[in-house]
Amino acid sequence: MDEQTVKKITFLSRLKIDDDKVESTKDEFVKILSWVDQLKEVNTDGIEPLVSVNQNNIALRKDEVTDGNKSAEVLANAPMKEYGYFAVPKVVE
Amino acid sequence: MTAMILKGKDADWEIVCGLEIHCQIISKSKIYSGASTQYGSDVNENVSFVDAGMPGMLPVLNEECVHQAVKTGLALNCHINKHSAFARKNYFYADLPQGYQITQDKFPLVGEGKVEITLEDGSKKEIGIERIHIEQDAAKSIHDISPTKTFIDFNRCGVGLMELVTKPDFRSPEEAGAFLKKLRSIVRYLGTCDGNMDEGSMRCDASVSIRKVGETDLRPRAEMKNVNSVKFAMQAIEYEAKRQLDLYDNGEVMEQQTRKFDAVKGVTEFLRKKEFADDYRYFPEPDLLPLELSDEYINKVKSEMPELPDEKKKRFVEKLGLTPYDAEVICEDKETAAFFETAAQGHDAKKVANWLMGDFFAMLNEKKLSLSESPISAQNLGALVELVSQNVINGKTAKDVFVLMAQTGDAPEKIVEEKGLKQVTDTSAIEKIVDDILSSNPDNVAAYKAGKVNLMGWFVGQVMKASSGKANPAVVNQLLKQKLG
Repeated sequence: MDEQTVKKITFLSRLKIDDDKVESTKDEFVKILSWVDQLKEVNTDGIEPLVSVNQNNIALRKDEVTDGNKSAEVLANAPMKEYGYFAVPKVVE
Repeated sequence: MTAMILKGKDADWEIVCGLEIHCQIISKSKIYSGASTQYGSDVNENVSFVDAGMPGMLPVLNEECVHQAVKTGLALNCHINKHSAFARKNYFYADLPQGYQITQDKFPLVGEGKVEITLEDGSKKEIGIERIHIEQDAAKSIHDISPTKTFIDFNRCGVGLMELVTKPDFRSPEEAGAFLKKLRSIVRYLGTCDGNMDEGSMRCDASVSIRKVGETDLRPRAEMKNVNSVKFAMQAIEYEAKRQLDLYDNGEVMEQQTRKFDAVKGVTEFLRKKEFADDYRYFPEPDLLPLELSDEYINKVKSEMPELPDEKKKRFVEKLGLTPYDAEVICEDKETAAFFETAAQGHDAKKVANWLMGDFFAMLNEKKLSLSESPISAQNLGALVELVSQNVINGKTAKDVFVLMAQTGDAPEKIVEEKGLKQVTDTSAIEKIVDDILSSNPDNVAAYKAGKVNLMGWFVGQVMKASSGKANPAVVNQLLKQKLG
């Protein structure tokens, strides 16, 4: 774990970490990783990964329109909106 | 031989191409919410709090999206995975407010399969399918309303997608084009996706690399985003392959990258290097349990499968006597095939096919009409063919009747009756006309008897003209031959 990796992860997570906090954040990451390393000591040979402790099958929804037609509510908290659209700073590919 | 070989400075190169195709699933509601998928609704009207990524909102999987994907997988001869699971693909972009896409990663719903394509020279080739997984579409960004802002409409966000990934089996643009057409035809037959590439309901990314003939490893590839027609996909692949050849020939380095195809200029342009490829940080989706399908379920979907284009073609050739080419053209879309079957019902199917692909398609083209807007119904087209088969009218009159049918929408029997176009098969009436023509053209009769036998065509023409085109040509020929000896 180095400074570059910390910066990359915080960028991907959209977390703003001030430069003077990078070192302490790195220490926290290292602690988490060493805990995960500790977990890895458990022998899991031949055991399927458990995605959920809920053993039920997934609940499916019938294909019916039951929602929508509430653009005002959907847009209510938008920082910027125009002509019924969400507006964001220009995204240029 | 359908592979495209590129001639480099000191070696022959081949194209290695794979496709990723996103197909919007036809369903009434979205894949994880109950909002409508209706295209063309007012801005942000088909949006639930789930689609808008509001905190605490939970996705619930739409059973129809699963059903549609299984149906598509079966039609492409793919293995259906009884166990599949959802995953989060993390990326931060304004068109997906959750900050991640709910997709499938390690456990896709549909596994490997294969599809046979037919190329222009009639040769066939098998294309491998790697997988099909289901996921949500992102919102639509609109960049051209404001100079400083991007506007976002979430109506498309959460519409179900099937992402189909092929093996890198394409060796020419033609093969990729043939596959796209075939896939489009199949999903349209199934009713699982409407397959309109120009409207974005089917979107294609093409990965292209080239290698020297004989090499077995893959070289770095370029992924071209959103080539939105079959033609553009073919152009993009060809352009990109030649561009890479130039790089290698000039001793330059080809780096893995993402490019886009500019349809106006016909070139591919650099978009970005693929350095963040591993940064999606997939992990199992905690809000959706794995999907378990039973054999009964899969068998039930199998039993509901409609007749697919390949089976239909085979039946049209074997049972109805069409040529493989006729069958190919007629079966390309389901509506044309259904129209043909209705028209051919009880009549000479091959003749119906000839009319359909000849005068009928030409008429629609000329009038700029779609099949469903045709003034001539399938039944009436069949009836016209029957009138010729039954010798009620001859082939030439049929062409005139066809024109009148296209103008009026009337049944051919009615037109023939009203215009008095019934073919004269009465030998004595035709004989009288033949005698008149022969007696008023003694010079030509003499010339014919002296050996100018190709005058026969002229005589037939004169008799037909005198009968206003209604004489049965077979009777005319027979009588003329008798009388001219």
